[in-house]
Amino acid sequence: MTAQVVVRTDRQRRLLHRLPWWIAALFLVGIAVVWIFPFLWMLSASLKDNMEMFTGGLKLWPDKFVWDNYTRAWNDAHFGRYLINTVVVTVITVVIVTVRCATAGYVLARYRFRGSKLFLGVLVATLFVPTGYTIIPVVKISMQLHLIDSLTGLILALSGGAYVSAILLYYGYFRQIPRELEEAAIVDGAGFVRIFFSVMLPLAMPVTATVAVLTFITTWNAFFLPLVFTFSRADLRTVSVGMQAFVGETATDWAGMAAAGVISIVPVVVLFIFLQRYFVEGISGAVKS
Amino acid sequence: MTSRSVRLKTTWIWIFLLPTVVLYGVYTIYPIIASYWYSLVEWNGFDADQKFVGLSNYREVFADPLFWNSFKVTLFFMLLVVPARVLLTLLLAMILNSPKLPLIGLLRSAFFIPVVTTTAIIGVVMRFILDPASGPISTALTKLGFGGVDFLGDQHLALPTAAVLYVWKFFGVTMIYWLAALQTIPYELYEAARIDGAGTGQLFRHITVPMLKPFLIIITVLTIEETFHNFDLMYTLTGGGPYFHTEIIEIYIYRWAFAASIPQLGHASAAAVIFGLLVAVVGAVQLWGVYAGRRLRGDQR
Repeated sequence: MTAQVVVRTDRQRRLLHRLPWWIAALFLVGIAVVWIFPFLWMLSASLKDNMEMFTGGLKLWPDKFVWDNYTRAWNDAHFGRYLINTVVVTVITVVIVTVRCATAGYVLARYRFRGSKLFLGVLVATLFVPTGYTIIPVVKISMQLHLIDSLTGLILALSGGAYVSAILLYYGYFRQIPRELEEAAIVDGAGFVRIFFSVMLPLAMPVTATVAVLTFITTWNAFFLPLVFTFSRADLRTVSVGMQAFVGETATDWAGMAAAGVISIVPVVVLFIFLQRYFVEGISGAVKS
Repeated sequence: MTSRSVRLKTTWIWIFLLPTVVLYGVYTIYPIIASYWYSLVEWNGFDADQKFVGLSNYREVFADPLFWNSFKVTLFFMLLVVPARVLLTLLLAMILNSPKLPLIGLLRSAFFIPVVTTTAIIGVVMRFILDPASGPISTALTKLGFGGVDFLGDQHLALPTAAVLYVWKFFGVTMIYWLAALQTIPYELYEAARIDGAGTGQLFRHITVPMLKPFLIIITVLTIEETFHNFDLMYTLTGGGPYFHTEIIEIYIYRWAFAASIPQLGHASAAAVIFGLLVAVVGAVQLWGVYAGRRLRGDQR
């Protein structure tokens, strides 16, 4: 009898103890809804007609669902093409950046050679070079190489920028792998290239995932370089540049603009939701190192 | 090892470095150096001839009140956003780090979502949301009886509005920095202190604050460096307006190099070099800060 009472009060106390946390959580959910409100509004605006967009205010649920906005954004505003451009540029850039950062990080971490210290020093010294500083020579040299106004030129410029932190992520990871592993592979007769591709790179899978996800999002969202690389070639625009141009060209079609925004943003958001872990790891790496 | 296999290894090392040497060399290292050369010539970018003019571009830039305006805007913007980003995110990170909070994963994701979305698109959409004539905010304000507010068109409101949007957009990055820092504090430390009878305030003052101090330096300087990369948001949001009140240095450079009818690449490059030096000075402070932070952490062990 007494034991039962004790159990019940225990549980009540635990519930009571949890209650403030639930209140805090609900409060935070409220803030979070306000936080993501611009996205909710954009999603709802992309389904309203232009008339309702102006009169509807902050109301989220459209009176009438207008799917036609998406057709207009996709065809008339060329977002179908912009999306393909963005996918092509992003995927190829991710592959180039991941490969070049993995190989560079690997040899810098595992081998001492003439100039290795200097190499690392130059990389660290240029960790924070802003695009606004390098943009003029980048455009100039691309003109000389006949790479301006082309997706190839844009891809090369994007994969040649910064990404020092990606090299450093690989560097840090490869450095802490024990030497015995390498020696065992050498005894088995593996050469330089085999050791890297069949021993080291598979081990570094988590880093590769992090670098790939971070690069994907950086490239997808890039604006400054795509802007100056497509000045005279509207058909080569990426979604971020297309959006800016959309407003200039068809200033009245705001619902179409919202639809174009949804088309452009959904891929990164979906990627983020599925690969969140790697993304967070990549960002916290900056603090830990 | 034989000399042949050593040579083979060296060859492979440089083959592995080759993509980075070429790409990084052409698109980062070369531009850093070339900017200095371009800043010494007069050149419109179309013609082949570049006329060497010495330091006259620098004299022009220094004499241009709009350059100093953009310099001031860049620094003022930094002062507006850095404290908000660093301190408010710490508060949220501490709440989102407590293991007893329900829905923690969902909340973290929600606060992080703006970070992954395309900044340039956010800028365009926000311009409509804040539009004084037809935007939803102004419609709602009018319904409530207030007049419409021209957030981005008013010369006193534009920069603070951009700062609020910037903090909102990149809040999640600093939050993740702090979460990573908080996770370095062993949970047992809190438990032990609580057994000794310490209250929540004491826990914060005597454990959290001293343990986070070295991170504060690192996170602040990382955040400062990030505020220099703000072209995307400013350009799409205000384009530097109204009347240059939000023209950060990156937009100033862009205006002289690409937006003018006759590009003045020498002038723009001189501004870019000064901008690069500013970033480098802050970067040097960063290295010093990281070093000092390490020492602080070392002292505690």
